[in-house]
This record gives sequence, C-alpha cells and structure tokens, in this order.
Amino acid sequence: MPKAKVTFKDIDTTVNVPAGTRVIEVSEKVGSGIIYGCREGDCGTCMMEVLEGWNNLTEPSVLEEKVLKENMAGRHHRLACQCQVLGDLTVKPA
Amino acid sequence: MSAVAKDLTHSREAVELRPNLYWIGAMDPHLRSFDIILKTANGTTYNSYLVRGSEGVAVIDTVKESFQQEFFSRLEGVADYAEIRYIVLNHLEPDHSGALPELMRRAPQAQLYISVRATSMLKALLKPKQGAFDYTPVRDGDQLSLGDRTLRFLHTPFLHWPDTQCTYLVEEKALFSGDVFGCHYCDNRLFNDKVGDFRFSFDYYYAHIMRPFKKYVLAALKQIEPLPLTLVAPAHGPILRDRPRRYVARYRELSSPGFMAEMTEQERSLIIFYMSAYGSTARMAQAIYGGADEVDGVRVSLYDLEGGEVGPFVDLIEQADAIAFGSPTINGDAVKPIWDLLSSLAVINLSDKVGAAFGSYGWSGEAIRMIEDRLRGLKMRVPEGGMRVKLIPTEEELAECREFGRRIAGALVGEGESKGKVIEFEDL
Repeated sequence: MPKAKVTFKDIDTTVNVPAGTRVIEVSEKVGSGIIYGCREGDCGTCMMEVLEGWNNLTEPSVLEEKVLKENMAGRHHRLACQCQVLGDLTVKPA
Repeated sequence: MSAVAKDLTHSREAVELRPNLYWIGAMDPHLRSFDIILKTANGTTYNSYLVRGSEGVAVIDTVKESFQQEFFSRLEGVADYAEIRYIVLNHLEPDHSGALPELMRRAPQAQLYISVRATSMLKALLKPKQGAFDYTPVRDGDQLSLGDRTLRFLHTPFLHWPDTQCTYLVEEKALFSGDVFGCHYCDNRLFNDKVGDFRFSFDYYYAHIMRPFKKYVLAALKQIEPLPLTLVAPAHGPILRDRPRRYVARYRELSSPGFMAEMTEQERSLIIFYMSAYGSTARMAQAIYGGADEVDGVRVSLYDLEGGEVGPFVDLIEQADAIAFGSPTINGDAVKPIWDLLSSLAVINLSDKVGAAFGSYGWSGEAIRMIEDRLRGLKMRVPEGGMRVKLIPTEEELAECREFGRRIAGALVGEGESKGKVIEFEDL
C-alpha cells in the first residue's frame, strides 16, 4: 500500500500513514493540537491549515466546501475530520 | 432622558432612549433558569431596539417567541410595520430571534441583516416551515444608512456563538452589543442608573456565558474600546447609559488574569488532582508529582480532591498548562468527584492544555481510558497514554509513575518527546 508522510508542525512530528488515511485518525493519537467537535464535517472545529502538499489531500466534498465557506476559511484550510491523505503534507491547527 | 416609572411588565409602551431610538423589548420577571446553565433570581429581559432614521426604520434584535406579543405591542406604538426597512440580528439564539418569523411576516419588505457566520444558523433555526428568507450577510465595518443615521457592524464572533456581532449607531455613539455586556436582571426601571444592584448578575453572566471565550472577548474589546460611547444597549438586562465605559472596563478586568500564580513567563504549570480509596492512587500521584518536579521550568501542584471544592479548582485549571487526573476504578468507572470536576470545565477554555490520567485498579481499570476520552472531548491534548497500576503499586511501578510525571512536565517545556520525531502509523 502506498505510504505518505503527514507532518504535524505544531508538535514537529511526522507519521508514515497508508494513503487514504483521514487526518483525524492520526492527529489525536500523536497529540497534535488539532481539535475536534462533531467529527462529521458539520461544525468546522477541526479546521487545519495545510502548509505544504495541499494537492496531496482528497478534494473537499460538497459538505466540506460548505462548512469551509461558512467559516470563512482561507485557501489552504481543510477539515481534518474529512480529508484523506494521498501524499506527503504538513499541517497545523488553524 | 426619560425616567421610567411605569410598570413595564404590564405596560406595553416603548421606552424612549433618545429621540427616535426606542427600547421595544420584553420583560420576563418569572424566569428562574436560563439555557439550563444559569440561575436567574429575578428573571431577565429580552431587549430589542428600534431606530428611526430620515430614510427608514431599523429593528435591532427581537425577543423570545413566547414574548412576541409584548414586543409587537411596543413596536406598534412607535412605528408602522410598513416603515421597517431593516431588521438586524446581532445573535440568532432563539431568545433573540424568536419573534423574527412573525416580524418578517408583518413587515415583508424589511431586509434582514445578519453576520456572515449566522447564515447556517438562520437556516437551522427557521427550518423549512418558514420557507426561504432573503437576508444580507454583513462583515466587519459594513455600514447601513438610515438617511441621517448610520449603523455600522462590528464582527465579534464567539461572544458567545460563532455568529455574534455588535451594531454601532454612529451618530448617537450607541452600541447595540447583543449578549456582550448583558445580564439576566429584570427591572422595570430599565437603565443602569435606576435599577437595583445588578453587579452580581453582570459578573455571573460573564462567568457562565463569556468566560469560555476570553480570547474573543479581548479581540472584541480592541474594537469596542476605541469607539466613542454614550450608550451600551445589550440584549439582556439593564441598558447602560450612565458611564457605559465602566462595563467595558469590567469586561477587560474579567478577561484578564487576576490573581496570578507566582510564576515567571517562561515557567509552565502542571496540576495533579486525585482521589484515592486505599492510598494506591495517592501514592501514584505523589510519585508523578515527584517526577514532574524534577523538570526545570515546571511548577507542579498536587491536590487531593477529597479536600477541595469544584469552583476554585476550575479557576486553577483555567490558568494551568497541564492537568493530570488520578482516579481509582470502582465498579468500572472513575469516581464521582472526578466526574464532578470534569463536568464543570465547560466554562473555561481548555484547548491549549495538556491532559493526563492515572490510577490504581482492581480488575480492569476502565477509569483511565474514560478520563482520557473526556479530556479529549474537552479538546485537551493527551500526549501520554494513561498510567495504570493494579492495586498496590510496587517500587518499580512508582518509578514508572515518576517517569510518567517527568514526561508530562517535559512535554510542557518542549523536552524530547516529539521534536522532529517520525512515527509509523501502525505504532500509534
């Protein structure tokens, strides 16, 4: 299975994950400061900033797009509970 | 300035605040608890305001649905529905948006102005039965002209919902502040220089509604403090016309750390709370305390929950950088004093803090995982897996506890644990 490196900038930690892993599956276990609310793409609490590799995440769903828009998210902001890792990236809590 | 002597719980007249500026809210003197979380010893008010300009009338906020007749009666005394051009909602919670559907039915020409962040809430609150509403989302600094008067919007999110904003009537130097500077205090005399002593209600409202959002209060104050202010008109409680800046200053006081711990800016603090039935969890707590205390730059405190009360502990936790909770497992659960404390933390912001759990157990030790889940639920970071010991800790296990304490404290001062670390997903 293809692997990808997810780096959590706030704790300076990198995790090698199988492609397709959701960020939520990793960030809490490793102790990153990305925080979660509903965990189902509705509340926007888990917004994170993608510092590098923003093309290495799955495209936002209609639901995620809507929540990002409502929360006035920047261009490189994503919901950690929604997006899946496709390649190397660096993220931090928004 | 009109002195209000009439009984507003029975009278249905609007109250003039300035020429062509009226209070048209509702009195709810019998309410005894609000939103489940607040006691309201003498009720509350739902404040709504009507501003008349040379080119139209604006209504700012409405009232709880069950009080709408009172609101409409007052409104009808000072304006016709056909004159209303604008409705502004500073906050969409039902106690302020309850009369909106009926108001929009009566004044269908009126345009609704809400903050950008309120749009999803508007849909969720009004639901399909009301059909689609036309509305204008506004951002910080947007202005609305009433001809000779101007309303300016201040983006003040999370006070205390994501949608909250304040509206400033420029020419009158009046701030319609929504829930900010509000309180649950119902008094016919309506103005802060006439009503009874509402200081407790003001502080109590802040403590339960605004306190979790101190960071956002401070950001909002940066916008509010420079404004010329002669009137602050909140959505609950007395209207602040006499020295309104006192209340703005009080918000700054309440949002700034008061009695600070004896620590330097570089130091970090760890507080360990525990309960113990036979002394095993207590010994673990002592060992964790000892280990953490070896780390330079970390101030460690140890508290037996049995000898304290929840309120002051919440205050301590608010200023701590890390908190460890120790509980034995009894009947498959953490003990009640731990849950009492953990269920009292919604009034403070915990999102930058580190949490940890530990405890002694007899059979399976479920308490530790349950506490950790709660800590994560409170948005704390739990970098170290909990420390569990079966029954009485051995010397080796106490040494592990010391190491556990050392690692938690170390994490606070950026020691070791994760700098530049690479981990395999399977090892997590």
